[in-house]
Amino acid sequence: MDNTHHRPGTVTIKANRGWQLVNLREIWDYRDLLRFLVLRDIKVLYAQTILGFLWAILNPLFQVVVFSVIFGKVAKIDTSGIPYVLFSTIAIVPWTYMSSSMSMASQSLVAGQNMLGKVYFPRMIFPLTAPLAKMVDFTISLVLIFAVMIYFQVQLTTNILYLPLFMLLMLLVPMSVGLWMSSLAIRFRDVKFAMQFMMNLLIYSAPILYSADKIPPDYRFLYSLNPIVAVIEGFRGALLGGEMQWMFIWPGAVVAVSLFIAGAFYFRKMESIIVDVI
Amino acid sequence: MGIAIKAENLGKQYRLGSKVQREDSLARSLFSAALTPVRNFRKYKSLYSFGKDETSADILWALRDVSFDIREGELVGIIGHNGAGKSTLLKILSRITQPSTGSITIKGRISSLLEVGTGFHPELTGRENVYLNGTILGMRKREVDRKFDEIVQFSEVEKFLDTPVKRYSSGMRVRLAFAVAAHLEPEIMIVDEVLAVGDSTFQKKCIDKMQDVGQRGSTVLFVSHSMPAITRMCERVIMLKSGTVLMDGTAHEVVSAYLQGERDNTAEKVYADGAGPGDEALRLRRVRIITDHGLVTEALDIRRSFAIEVEYDVLEPGSVLMPTFAIWNNEGVNVCVAVDQDQNWRRVPRGKGRYRSRGTIPGNLLSEGMFTVNVTMWTLQPARKMRYHVTDVVAFQIIDTFDGDSARGDWKGDLPGVIRPMLAWQTEFEPEKN
Repeated sequence: MDNTHHRPGTVTIKANRGWQLVNLREIWDYRDLLRFLVLRDIKVLYAQTILGFLWAILNPLFQVVVFSVIFGKVAKIDTSGIPYVLFSTIAIVPWTYMSSSMSMASQSLVAGQNMLGKVYFPRMIFPLTAPLAKMVDFTISLVLIFAVMIYFQVQLTTNILYLPLFMLLMLLVPMSVGLWMSSLAIRFRDVKFAMQFMMNLLIYSAPILYSADKIPPDYRFLYSLNPIVAVIEGFRGALLGGEMQWMFIWPGAVVAVSLFIAGAFYFRKMESIIVDVI
Repeated sequence: MGIAIKAENLGKQYRLGSKVQREDSLARSLFSAALTPVRNFRKYKSLYSFGKDETSADILWALRDVSFDIREGELVGIIGHNGAGKSTLLKILSRITQPSTGSITIKGRISSLLEVGTGFHPELTGRENVYLNGTILGMRKREVDRKFDEIVQFSEVEKFLDTPVKRYSSGMRVRLAFAVAAHLEPEIMIVDEVLAVGDSTFQKKCIDKMQDVGQRGSTVLFVSHSMPAITRMCERVIMLKSGTVLMDGTAHEVVSAYLQGERDNTAEKVYADGAGPGDEALRLRRVRIITDHGLVTEALDIRRSFAIEVEYDVLEPGSVLMPTFAIWNNEGVNVCVAVDQDQNWRRVPRGKGRYRSRGTIPGNLLSEGMFTVNVTMWTLQPARKMRYHVTDVVAFQIIDTFDGDSARGDWKGDLPGVIRPMLAWQTEFEPEKN
C-alpha cells in the first residue's frame, strides 16, 4: 500500500458529553471533501442561467443603483464629500457577500440533511463551505468596486495593503454566524425565517448606507462591537485612503474572532445530536 | 487475527413525539395556542437531552446493552425484524449518530452501502460526482485519481462522463454510485439490503465485488431479510430483537432459530367471516403453508415436501369448481400454476359447506429463496367464471441446508436456477489403460 491512502487507525465511538476541542486534524484529513463541496457550490449556483457569473456583478449593482437614488439623491445622506455611489459601492459589495453567505451557511445543515443521515464526515465542513464558495462571487464583484474607483479617479494609498486582512475578516463573519446558526437551524427551523428579516435589519446596523461619523461618540464603542462595522470601515479605509478608523475596527474584529472560536465549540457540542434531531 | 469491531454495552435512546394535549374550551385552546412557542421550544430542546435515569414512556431504547466482538476478516450477518435495532446499529457503526451509552471501537476504514449515491448532485457531471462522492465517502483526491478509470469501467457509463447526472437514467446513476462505493477498499464493509437495484448482470458484479472484499481479508457485515443470502454469505450471525442481542452464533443455528421464532408469519392468511374475497355464493376463508409434519410455517426445508392449502366456503350449491394457485419467485418469475386434480371432485357440482383443497409440492423441487402465492378460483359450470383472484396471499422461504444431501451437494456458493431438483447422477469410469 502506498502512502497516498488515508486510513484512520482505530476509532472509538462513544457518547460525547460536554464540550469538545475542535478536531483540526480530522478536518485537515477531509480537506479534499471541503474542496469538492466548494467546487460543487460554485458550479451549481449558476447552472442553467443565461447570465451566469454576471449575476455576481448585477446583484450588488442593482442595490447600488437603488440605494444611490434613495439615500444619495432623495435623502441626501452626508458622506463627508465622498460621492454616494463610490461610498456605497465599496460597502455593498462586501455586504452582499456577507449576507448571502451568512444565509447559505446557516441553512447548510438543513439543506444537506440527506447527506448527514447517510455518511460520516466532520460536520463542520458544511457551514464553512458556503463562505468559501461565495468568495468566487465576491472576487468577480470586485470588478464593480474597481470600475467605480476608476470612474471617480480614486488614488490608491498604502492603505490598500490592509485589504487582504479585511477580506479575511469578511470571510470570518459568515463562518462564525454559520457555525452558530446552522446548528441552531437544524433544531429550530425558525432560524430560516428569522434570518430573512435579520438580513434586512443588519444592513442598517453597519455604516453601509450612511457614514459611521453620524454615530454619537458615546455609542461608538457599542456600535463597533458589530463585526460588520469593522469589515465595512476596513474596506473604506483600505480603498479610499485617509486615516484608518481603528476604533471602529478592532472591537468588531475581536468579537468576530471570539464568535468564531465560541461557534466552533458550540458546533462541536451540537454535532453529536445533529442527526438525531433532523 | 485482531478484533475489527468491539462493541461494549451500546445503547441508543430516542425520544418519541410528545403527547398532544387536547383542550376542551375555546378560551383554553386560545390560551394553549398562545403558549405553543414555549411548548415547541421545550419539545425541540428535549429532543436530545435526557434526564438521568429517565424512564418516561416517551423514550425509546433503539439499542440497549449490545456487546459483541467481530474479528478481522469475519463475515457476519445481522438479522432481526423491523425495529429490532439493525439500522440504529449500522448508523452508530458508520459514525452517523453517537450512542447514548457504551462505546464501539473500530479498527480501520469502514464503509457502508447505506451510502450509495450520497451527495450526488444532479447538476454536476458524472466525473465531478465521482470525485465529490468519493471524497464524501472518505477518499482523498489522489485516491480517486488512481482508481478513476477502474470506477468508470465498472460503472459502464464511460460515454456519459461529462453529462450532468440529471440526464442519467436511474440505473446509470445507481451503477456509477455503486462503482464509487465499491472501490473504497475498506477494511470493514457494511452491506445493507440495497442491492436490489440495477439489472441482474450488474447485481452479479456487485455480489462478486462484495465477495472480493471478503476474500481480501476485509470484515463484512451483511444486513438482510433474506435468510438464504445470509446463510450463503456469512459464517456467523447476530440476531437482534427489540434493541438487544437475542442470539449470536453460527449462521445455521441463528437463522433456524430466527425462522422458528417467526411470529408474524406470512405462512397463513385467514379472513374473517364474510370478509374473504369472493361473492355471496363462494368465499375464500384461509390460505396456508403446511409442512409434511403439519406445521404452519413460512420456512421450509428444501428437502421436504409441503402443501399449500386453500380453504373456502361454498354458500350456494351447484357449481363445478376449479381451485388453482400460482407460485412466483422474488425475481418475478411465475414458477408454476397448479390446478386442483382431485378426481373425486372433477366435474362434480359442489354442495354447501367448507372445503379444503391441498396441493402438495414435493421436496427438492423449488430452488432456494422467497416465493409468493396467488390463489384463483374458477367456476367451470354452469358458466366459466373467475370467482376470486388474490395475489401474494401467502409467502414462504425455501432454505437449502448445507448438510450435503440436498441438490447442492457440497457446493457452498451461489447456485442459480428456478428449480433445484435432485437428479439421478451416474458417473461412468474407464480407467486409463497403460
